[in-house]
Amino acid sequence: DIDGVGHKYYLDLELEDVLDNDRTVNCTAEVLYHLGSKTSAPDVQLTVQGELRSTEEADKEFYHRIRSLEKELVAENIPDSHGNVPPELEPIHLLAWAASGYVIWQNSTENTNFNLAQVKHVKQVKRNDEDLQFDFVVLLHEMVSQEVLPWQVTLLWHPQRGARVPQ
Amino acid sequence: HQVLRVVPQSDEELQKVQELQDLEHLQLDFWLEPRKLGQPVDIRVPFRSLQAVKVHLEASGVSYSIMIEDVQALLNEEKVEMIRSSRHRSVDTATFNYEAYHTIDEIYNFMDMLVAENPNLVSKLEIGRSTENRPLYVLKFSTGGSNRPAIWIDTGIHSREWVTQASGVWFAKKIVEDHANNEGVASILETMDIFLEIVTNPDGFAYTHTTNRMWRKTRSKHAGAICVGVDPNRNWDAGFGDAGASSNSCSETYHGPYPNSEPEVKSIVDFVKSHGNIKAFVSIHSYSQLLLYPYGYTETPAPDEQELHEVSAKAVAALSSLYGTKFTYGSIITTIYRASGSTVDWTYNQGIKYSFTFELRDTGRYGFLLPAKQIVPTAQETWLALKVIMEHARDNMY
Repeated sequence: DIDGVGHKYYLDLELEDVLDNDRTVNCTAEVLYHLGSKTSAPDVQLTVQGELRSTEEADKEFYHRIRSLEKELVAENIPDSHGNVPPELEPIHLLAWAASGYVIWQNSTENTNFNLAQVKHVKQVKRNDEDLQFDFVVLLHEMVSQEVLPWQVTLLWHPQRGARVPQ
Repeated sequence: HQVLRVVPQSDEELQKVQELQDLEHLQLDFWLEPRKLGQPVDIRVPFRSLQAVKVHLEASGVSYSIMIEDVQALLNEEKVEMIRSSRHRSVDTATFNYEAYHTIDEIYNFMDMLVAENPNLVSKLEIGRSTENRPLYVLKFSTGGSNRPAIWIDTGIHSREWVTQASGVWFAKKIVEDHANNEGVASILETMDIFLEIVTNPDGFAYTHTTNRMWRKTRSKHAGAICVGVDPNRNWDAGFGDAGASSNSCSETYHGPYPNSEPEVKSIVDFVKSHGNIKAFVSIHSYSQLLLYPYGYTETPAPDEQELHEVSAKAVAALSSLYGTKFTYGSIITTIYRASGSTVDWTYNQGIKYSFTFELRDTGRYGFLLPAKQIVPTAQETWLALKVIMEHARDNMY
């Protein structure tokens, strides 16, 4: 409890690599929820203790595959109703997770608990620069209210520069 | 068909959109209902109504965007997938595909086959009808006796939680198999009956197949409510309407106009009261991997909390023993959130001591869209926990 400021949480986290269950990485984080504020995102400081697995090869391959598509990629319902994700769309699913993470961070309070329920729609937008751009409509499930709400979010990604949500 | 998106920015705009809901001849299907300003409203519009809808909106200056150009293409894909996965419609429960998600017709057909194959053990009871007049079926597993002490299990009360209905189907088959092989729950069936309601919310379930995979509630329309559906797990008469449910019909946790307003709930209430001898009641949901006991509507601990906590510990350990799946357990209010009018708070207050709620796999990676290949492992591990509860009830008769 920080008087006049808000609530600060100190966390010890273990991150598990979803694509490689035996791989874990320890992190510490500080999260500050601002007093009474429903319009500002919590402040987050994260320290990763150790190294994340290198995905250079797979990143390069995905990047080139998308760049060489004749028509912009468009897809819906990832996963589908039965939980299926076609293998070629798995990287898109993962990028949607990253994009959702941003939206979740921006909308989190001490009384919310969000998960990505489904990627409703994704459309690639060709750019003049080197980034890949994906415009997503994601469905976020909020546990406490049980609402599943759509959010639009654009994600830029580049193998070296990583993922960003443009302002 | 196209899906149009409108984001009402003023009360006038919101009203214009709500007006569309009353124009039944347009056959509009709201994927996202009008709730409040700034919230997107998604409307699936049949081709022949497209012009009328666009004119209605444009005349009032309400802007819209085309979210999905061709719904038919989408549905074709999903339908192909469903047909592919259940292409060989089974003629008996031995060839039924337990590793796939099924439609309501397929599940109701499965029930009939199970009864036909095991007439001395299984019978099908109709305990009521849903809002849209679908039958509410309960399977009764009994080796005889008269009004024996019983165990109740329900799945699918929240329609989007597909792994639960699918697990219910697996449980039904498992009970029959155990009995045939004189193992597992065969011993429980010597002295107790098991009641299993697999599709507890059939209207919602049908809706998740045809229209909105994320639909949770019933499909009732009450006077004065602008949105459809009541949360059947907030509609029970235990702390009804208290904090932990919503009085807004557009909310996913809308408790409804009064307790038991939903026939899906009332039919179970009537059944439980007239049976009078149910000793354990388990209501199954997904997702989060939790085993919960009362209360959700109050912080006051349940009088039997210690015993329920111990049984939960054992049940969770048994579940985990199969595939290592980790469950957390505790009372609803301390483990998940405050929830009023929930099923097991009511059953517990009726004197059914062993009242539990499960939240099955997973913890958010797939959530409601759990891959079909996880159905059987989920059902298998959950069954081990259910057996702990059933055996405890049998060995601690009250």
